[in-house]
Amino acid sequence: MKISNHISVSKSGFVFDSKTGESFSLNNTGREILELLIEGRSEDEIKEYFLTKYDVQETTFLRHFDDYIQMLMHFNMTEKE
Amino acid sequence: MPEKLKITIAVTALNNTDNPGPGIPVIRGIKESNLIDARIIGLAYENLEPGIYLKDLVDTTYMIPYPSVGKEAYMERILEINEIDPIDMIIPNLDAELFTFIKLKHILEANNIKTFLPTEKQLDERNKGNLEAFGKKYNIKVPKGLSITSYNDIHHLKDDFEYPILVKGKFYDAYVAYNEEQVTNAFNKLSAKWGLPIIIQEFVKGTEVNVVALGDGLGNTIAAVPMRKQYITDKGKAWGGVTLNDETLLSITQNLIKDTQWRGGMELEMIRTTDNEYYLIEINPRVPAWVYLAVGAGQNIPEALVRLTMGEHVEPMTEYEVGKIFIRYSWDLIGDMSDLEKISIHGKF
Repeated sequence: MKISNHISVSKSGFVFDSKTGESFSLNNTGREILELLIEGRSEDEIKEYFLTKYDVQETTFLRHFDDYIQMLMHFNMTEKE
Repeated sequence: MPEKLKITIAVTALNNTDNPGPGIPVIRGIKESNLIDARIIGLAYENLEPGIYLKDLVDTTYMIPYPSVGKEAYMERILEINEIDPIDMIIPNLDAELFTFIKLKHILEANNIKTFLPTEKQLDERNKGNLEAFGKKYNIKVPKGLSITSYNDIHHLKDDFEYPILVKGKFYDAYVAYNEEQVTNAFNKLSAKWGLPIIIQEFVKGTEVNVVALGDGLGNTIAAVPMRKQYITDKGKAWGGVTLNDETLLSITQNLIKDTQWRGGMELEMIRTTDNEYYLIEINPRVPAWVYLAVGAGQNIPEALVRLTMGEHVEPMTEYEVGKIFIRYSWDLIGDMSDLEKISIHGKF
């Protein structure tokens, strides 16, 4: 999973797609995941990070993570590696 | 610091309304230039064009007749103004007046008034009605189009187009029509306002993206800034927008300017589909009303246009800030009836 290089996210969770002009607002969790994806972290690394940092079940995390990835793809924020 | 270029520039399209002309944004760019010290003469068609009353931007305004009065009468008034208040250059900013200015270029030149406009051929080949041929010639995808001149043509549209379709006026305005009846309504409105023909265009689904650009007439792109409208009025005008980082769009613009040898300002209106294909839907042969966004993003297109007009060499501007936004607003100007009297009775303010 690679995030397109025209996507930027600020510390407040404001996302700007400089190619399409679209902007989005993320909560803290969404921002953290997107930042990790932009850094190039793998799905396993992000899962480990969240399971260590937060009190969350693996199945719950993965379900929401998959939903989130689908949403990023829907908004053309990802590209093929 | 080099001495500023001291000149008198006449500018049209002071209609800074909800359907804004590019005049005021063009003047703002010129006024902010460190290279130009301009005295601005406004040329107005209607006595309530807001630019007339923006005295910090427009030094003096003169009323002029609409180009529909005919080339001779139109030029007579311009030359009359030039006698009273000598003009170094004119920047026409409305599609409907460009043909007249291009045709009368030699008279303007003979009176020491410079312009920097596309050629008649360039103006004609990008006409809405000629867009398909234009696309073929310059290898750009364009939606299927057809010019129609009568009600009879409307009935046959279903043979060539799938609804919805776009119904466009010769110069401005467009409606989306989902059936024959809606085409007829749009036909009536547009033909009453802008005359014939009416242009029928295939409706391409996607996001509209636009580019404001400036060509030097030798194939070089002097400036180009892409933008996406973020807030659109009911007239389809941008009330807010953001600069984009879209290399494909810039490359299409540069190729087009190179291939057409475009001279002057232009706006490309394009649709980017979900498959990342780009369709050219319109070329406006002058800068758009949102040109000040380009100034804000680092490319002072009006300044470059003035310098090209005055025969200076201008280096292409390639950098601009991505993510710069503009938001239009309305503002009440307070004046006196005597101001309106001056422009209405004397044709000057």
